[in-house]
Amino acid sequence: MKTLLALLSGLLFGLGLAVSGMADPKVVQDFLDIGRIWRGDWNPALALVMIGAVPTTALLYGKAKDKVPPPSREITRRLVLGSALFGLGWGLVGICPGPALENWLADPFALVFLLPMLVGMGLARLVP
Amino acid sequence: MSIESLIHPLIGGVLIGLGAGLFMLSNGRLAGISGIIGELLGRWPARWPQSLAFIAGLPAGLLLWQLLSGKTYEITLTHNALLLIPAGLLVGFGTRLGNGCTSGHGVCGLARLSPRSMLATAIFIAVAVAVVSLKQALS
Repeated sequence: MKTLLALLSGLLFGLGLAVSGMADPKVVQDFLDIGRIWRGDWNPALALVMIGAVPTTALLYGKAKDKVPPPSREITRRLVLGSALFGLGWGLVGICPGPALENWLADPFALVFLLPMLVGMGLARLVP
Repeated sequence: MSIESLIHPLIGGVLIGLGAGLFMLSNGRLAGISGIIGELLGRWPARWPQSLAFIAGLPAGLLLWQLLSGKTYEITLTHNALLLIPAGLLVGFGTRLGNGCTSGHGVCGLARLSPRSMLATAIFIAVAVAVVSLKQALS
């Protein structure tokens, strides 16, 4: 049952990424390209996704609070450096891990991103 | 800008939130995608069936979209491997080092008002915006 509900969770999440346009790297890059705000062709999609996703998650988190481990409060050098490196890669092509797991179905060339991403995740395990 | 281009991201966001919320309620886990994949890259923990099921749901979600809409999902992706390979390495390495990506820190962390995730999200968005702007300026 737990496994089936995990599959359903992933399915909803994946459907959401597809519906919102987040599986398309161009939509993400057009959001990150804030120069477009002044040129008049900025795409606010990613902000709207967060406006839909964060309160929905927060509402359900309120009901699941006793089931989920509490958030860590530690600010570490790893957190800062890792997030900066992630931002660098994300900005280069507009793909983050969720969309990477599904956009290869739309364009198999995306595997040229997905496979190095898995290698990068493996390499991070070597960092003490 | 069409009304659809505003509504679809909002609906998609709610679906993402429902998926993340259901995973918390049913499995007591956060829908942090880089974390779930990262865990499967090591020695498989006892909860691997649920991790694998969640991960399998993502591509299935795109197929479901195609089924429901009757359309083929189209994306615009660079075919420059010299860009895709380093970007993939950075995204993989960075999300594991920083313990989260757009889903774990961005969606789940912000929903839990975690200061750690707020900082991480601010950093990766700021850096990504800077990279895209720089690319734009150079092109």
